[in-house]
Amino acid sequence: MLRYFARKLLVYALTFVVAVTVNWMIPRFMPGDPVSAMISRARVSQPEAVDAMRAYYNNLFGFDQPMWQQYLHFWASLMHGDFGLSIWVFPKPVSEVILDALPYTLALMIPAILLSWFVGNWLGALAARRKILDNTVLPAGYVLTAMPYMWIAVILAWLFSAKAGWFPISGGYSLDIQPSMSVDFFLDALHHWVLPFLSLFLVALGGWAIGMRNMIIYELESDYSSYLAALGAPHRLIRRYAFRNAVLPQITGLALQLGVLVAGALVTEIVFNYPGLGNLILAAIQNRDFFLLQGAFLFIVLGVLIANFLIDLAYVVVDPRTRTGMAGGQS
Amino acid sequence: MSTLPPQPSGTPAPDAVAETAGPSAAAAPPLTPGRESLHYAVRNPKLLIGLAIVLVLLFAGVLGPLILDSSDPNAYVGPQAAAPDGKYWLGTTTFGQDIYTQFVYGLRSTFLVGVIGGGIAAIVAMLVGFLAGYRGGIVDEILNMLTNIVLVIPSLAVLLIVNAYLGVRSVGVQGLFIGLTSWPWAARAIRAQTFSLRSREFVDLARLSGSRTWRIIFREIAPNMSSYLFMTFILLFGGSILIASSLDFIGLGPTEGVSLGLMLQSAQQWSALQLGMWWWFVPPGIGITAVVGALYVANVGLDEVFNPKLRES
Repeated sequence: MLRYFARKLLVYALTFVVAVTVNWMIPRFMPGDPVSAMISRARVSQPEAVDAMRAYYNNLFGFDQPMWQQYLHFWASLMHGDFGLSIWVFPKPVSEVILDALPYTLALMIPAILLSWFVGNWLGALAARRKILDNTVLPAGYVLTAMPYMWIAVILAWLFSAKAGWFPISGGYSLDIQPSMSVDFFLDALHHWVLPFLSLFLVALGGWAIGMRNMIIYELESDYSSYLAALGAPHRLIRRYAFRNAVLPQITGLALQLGVLVAGALVTEIVFNYPGLGNLILAAIQNRDFFLLQGAFLFIVLGVLIANFLIDLAYVVVDPRTRTGMAGGQS
Repeated sequence: MSTLPPQPSGTPAPDAVAETAGPSAAAAPPLTPGRESLHYAVRNPKLLIGLAIVLVLLFAGVLGPLILDSSDPNAYVGPQAAAPDGKYWLGTTTFGQDIYTQFVYGLRSTFLVGVIGGGIAAIVAMLVGFLAGYRGGIVDEILNMLTNIVLVIPSLAVLLIVNAYLGVRSVGVQGLFIGLTSWPWAARAIRAQTFSLRSREFVDLARLSGSRTWRIIFREIAPNMSSYLFMTFILLFGGSILIASSLDFIGLGPTEGVSLGLMLQSAQQWSALQLGMWWWFVPPGIGITAVVGALYVANVGLDEVFNPKLRES
């Protein structure tokens, strides 16, 4: 088990190093000079201002130093939580801008991921034993998984906001209310949260239901199930074993899906103009705020890594083979 | 975005293949000769329906632009913000662009990005998966580590920064980058398959007769999992389309021409929703969903054709 975790941690550490390195490399090795590009986009005409900006950016990027020093410096400032200053909301530090948006994204993603996983697996398991349910869950599941996240978001916004008027069409809270810890704010935020949550939940749901259905059917047709049935074991018992075995790949699937779900949350936020990381990234791209973009990227990677680690922990609890080290060959 | 598509019964989560010798192990060697596969293929409604939808849309995308009189999908041709009627089948945008023309051209780039992205991803996944699964040992360790790293980094985030910095945006470049980031789950699945095939007698025989690694992989192992590889490609194809539509929607799509994702983006940008212009944002979404969904359904059908165990259930 120690070996299992050592391996996992090594992969995570390496992933983080790679992510940081990619983040560092892109502005330096991509064609074109990002500093000149940024200055030209800022449309500054006075030569003194241009010089000052160039000096400022060169200093921020550290382009005047040798490469290896730049790289080490990048790491050092990261370790101090220094992501540079945002250009879009100058002169706020990038880390602050991101931390303001983070709670909204988390409030959207964590319930959507967990609930869609639980409900999807439950629906899939049910579908595997009832023909009528199977004939509805399966096609619906395929349609849902094939939908782009932003499109189902647009459709939901159209039906329930523009047409029915049940929910607000955009924003994370009403404009006439200040974010605070009050009940009023909470209810208002909840009202704005429903539709973006629903669109994330629905798309993810289909995939889990289909996956679970197929795994259960496979398990029910396997040798141990036939053996149990031949021994005269009750169907309930066989199904319970099948469920336990079928749920393991679904846990692995959850870890694999995280990146997709993050991406889904980002585009969904943009549709609903939800004040999370997705909107921040859009603003960063539109305003050429590369520090903000890179900071958001690192936060996303960090979030995915932490979530993966938690799933690994859960896996150890659910699958005894990881504890006895039988799955040591897997990393 | 490393898309892990809905796992059809032949492709459970890659780990499951290795751990439980899952259903795909049974799917791997197509013991059925070609003619028998064909026999079941023409009788499989899922495969036929999925394939029919994909082909109809493909023809619309390939031939449609040739029939239309307008060669520029973004040209301002009609009345502004008109609902669908006999002349403008899908209505027009706020600027008087014909949505049907945009849709047909958009389908074209959708298929193009799917082929490029899915193709590149499939090639990388095969190279990595075959080599890791067949050689084992240290090669496997290193490739596995690489796969896991790329798997964990959310590829949409990488694509966002690369695209934003690069500035050059075309369907080809987009497909290339999607392909280079979406291969890991497929590589893991192919590795697990290769792993179960490499100790079979016919592979041993080839090895004893002195064949080289790549020759054994492409002559002995790959043909035995060709059906599986084909299904993997289909899933990567669908995944690439979805990723591309997200990128387009964020505003990182091709700068020239039109795509279904770009149509959604401009509908969103010009408040089609608030104006109630449903004909602007409904068709592109249906187009993407239909192509990807039909591919997934056809894939399940293929699975049933190749895997006798799944046929009668």
